Amino acid sequence: MKYENILLDESGRREFLLGNEAIVRGAIEAGVDFASTYPGTPSSEIGNVLFYIAKKAGMYFEFSTNEKVALEVSAAAAASGLRSMVFFKHVGLNVAADAFMSTAYVGTNGGFVIISADDPSMHSSQNEQDNRYYALISGMPMIEPSDAQEMKDFLKEAFEISERHKLPVLFRTTTRVNHVRGIVEYGEIKRKNRKGYFKKDPSKYVILPSSARRMHRELLEKLKKVEEEVNSSPLNRIEGESSEIGVITSGVAYNYIHDAVKELGLKVKILKLGFTHPFPRNLVKDFIESVKKVIIVEELEPYLEKETRLVAQMNGIDVEIYGKLNGYFPRVYEYHPDVVKEALEKILDIKIERNAYFSAPIELPSRPPVLCPGCPHRATYYAAMMALKQLKIKDAIITTDIGCYTLGIQKPYEMADYLLCMGSSIGTAVGFSKATKQKVIGFVGDSTFFHASIPGLIDAYHNKADLVYVVLDNRTTAMTGHQPHPGLPMNGMGEKSPYVDIEKLVRGIGIDFVKTVDPYNVKETIKVFKEAIQHEGIAVIISQRECALLWDARRRKQGEWWIYQINQDKCTQCSLCSDWLACAAIFKRAEKDGKVRIYINDALCDGCGVCASICPFNAIEKKVIK
Amino acid sequence: MKVGIVYAGVGGQGVLTASSIVGKAALLSGLNVVMSEVHGMAQRGGIVVTEMKIGREVKSPLLGSGEADIVVGFEPVEAYRILHKAHPGSYVVVNTEPIIPTTVSIQGERYPEVKEIIEKMKDLKVISLEATELARQAGDAIATNIVMLGALAKIPVFPIKKETLIEALKSTINPRYHQMNLKAFELGYNASSL
Repeated sequence: MKYENILLDESGRREFLLGNEAIVRGAIEAGVDFASTYPGTPSSEIGNVLFYIAKKAGMYFEFSTNEKVALEVSAAAAASGLRSMVFFKHVGLNVAADAFMSTAYVGTNGGFVIISADDPSMHSSQNEQDNRYYALISGMPMIEPSDAQEMKDFLKEAFEISERHKLPVLFRTTTRVNHVRGIVEYGEIKRKNRKGYFKKDPSKYVILPSSARRMHRELLEKLKKVEEEVNSSPLNRIEGESSEIGVITSGVAYNYIHDAVKELGLKVKILKLGFTHPFPRNLVKDFIESVKKVIIVEELEPYLEKETRLVAQMNGIDVEIYGKLNGYFPRVYEYHPDVVKEALEKILDIKIERNAYFSAPIELPSRPPVLCPGCPHRATYYAAMMALKQLKIKDAIITTDIGCYTLGIQKPYEMADYLLCMGSSIGTAVGFSKATKQKVIGFVGDSTFFHASIPGLIDAYHNKADLVYVVLDNRTTAMTGHQPHPGLPMNGMGEKSPYVDIEKLVRGIGIDFVKTVDPYNVKETIKVFKEAIQHEGIAVIISQRECALLWDARRRKQGEWWIYQINQDKCTQCSLCSDWLACAAIFKRAEKDGKVRIYINDALCDGCGVCASICPFNAIEKKVIK
Repeated sequence: MKVGIVYAGVGGQGVLTASSIVGKAALLSGLNVVMSEVHGMAQRGGIVVTEMKIGREVKSPLLGSGEADIVVGFEPVEAYRILHKAHPGSYVVVNTEPIIPTTVSIQGERYPEVKEIIEKMKDLKVISLEATELARQAGDAIATNIVMLGALAKIPVFPIKKETLIEALKSTINPRYHQMNLKAFELGYNASSL
């Protein structure tokens, strides 16, 4: 789909949209004026689309330095009366949590929606925390959409709710809503060209202890008002008829139970909740009183279940409740149709026929995610590995960070020993350098460096740590889909913008050993690594080379393409390229004569030439395709 | 009518693009469709699977075991790995050109003979083709995914007309590469043994 189609003022038009694209359409229809983010899967495509269309839509959009900054930027815009939204992945809300908690107290003026994209099953995350609990500790209203159409429709509702109650709203999504494509029908665009104006009122917006005491009471009063409407909200609806079995569900889990009920022809009644905090107690009370069995279908934590049990207890309702707390549903990982069917078999004492094919066993090779062919990080890791080998250092501690480069954990590089979260590579490197006598090398990506590493690097300098810190500067935020960051001459509006020079910034702290290298120049990079490792105090290496995917795309567009191939007459099968550089395009195959030979897959090779530069026998040759 | 399709391959083979084209074609055909994608870490070289349901009232973005009527395997091992989603009457379109993972050279794992893989799935309705080689014939190995779409279009339970699929393809791919991709599509369509 062309991103411009999201802007079309054609009510009733139908498009095949990704959940995240549907959110952007919702923002356009709701007349959102202002948006900010730090990219994080599964929320990233919201920003990618805004990057293309924000200007055309008359909206301000920025990729902020991190989630906390993003939330603060949008909170101020909302305080100025603009409809504002901020979005990030679930753990991004941890980074923004300090500001997040206060915005609930301070409230808002223009509609303010905070989108959290949770990642059950941790497809690309370090944990699977259930951010619905953030609604509880902050006291914010919460909305949970189930599919692409609801992403759009509910977002508009969220802005209405926010403005009605002068409260920010938490819009909680999950991977299988963000990354699911479905057919979305457009509504009308309500475009208001607003310019923000901030009406000064320090007693309302400055969160001093004396005001905060008042604000907490006010927040609870506001929530009481929200509770009055949540029971009759159109976002909560009942489907089907039954006086025996009721299902309470929210988010993506609704889709699995919906399809299972249809497929099996079960007679059940479903209470599908879209507005889940404050919990619609009266609605749930009436619902559970009308059936004999209640099944709660929700991913991760038993939030709906605990609230439902509370309603039953407080109202003395004698009903059987089946959920996670009594072991019918798992509390880990995302759901899928089989999870729901297995639970239904146990609860309803039925047998569901499954027609699955059983394949004959073959031992299949594993295929873990790997660095892409041409990835500059592979060349950097190869150089670091060789430098450590040449210096005969075996127990160096490698701290790593969040990005594609975390894959350096794999063999043969094994460049990852400790990781907590965004930016932890430097704080933990300081800790290891103080706690042990081992060599410490930290790796961080360029975007993550700006996001959360700078305070840690200042800490390292000020506290005289002895470590090597490597910024893997591939000139983009690669893992989340190539968003710009403060080190690049472009911003979220697609405008030319001033950028921060990483080397100057590091020197500005007071660090003297700072060297920028091109990792494709492997020999030089190994030399710089050896110097840095032998240097006492902090040594910073900036390993700079554009992400291979961007380079590839540019060359494909220009119609230039070349690859590398192995000249079998010169190759001695020394295996340096296949086993130590370990490029994903290089493979070994046993030939009919029993001899193992090394090849480069022409469909995967991107022509970086690093393998050719390290080959001791000059056996790898360039081949121009077009 | 309800059809489940699962697409499996290796990052870089264009699995997402191909399945999006089918989704778009379903929309053009007036059919309801839901599709689940994989995004994030490791864009090339790792496993990529997308799942799709086409039919009235379907909502689940994931397929349970036995719910895939068609398996589109862009790589032989990845096709085999996902067969638990299939049922005994499923169609399997499979590209016979392997992409050998680095675990074979680094960890000494074994990549089975492609013949062995195809042989072991022969109780299903298997359409095997040299999709990558056909893409090279069309002009570039990068069009492997479109060769696979050509073969998919010929499957009797696939609910979308060939012409509609081509229309969706044209609206997705850069016009500069239309000729090559249309050739790839036809080569895939004609290579199918159906």
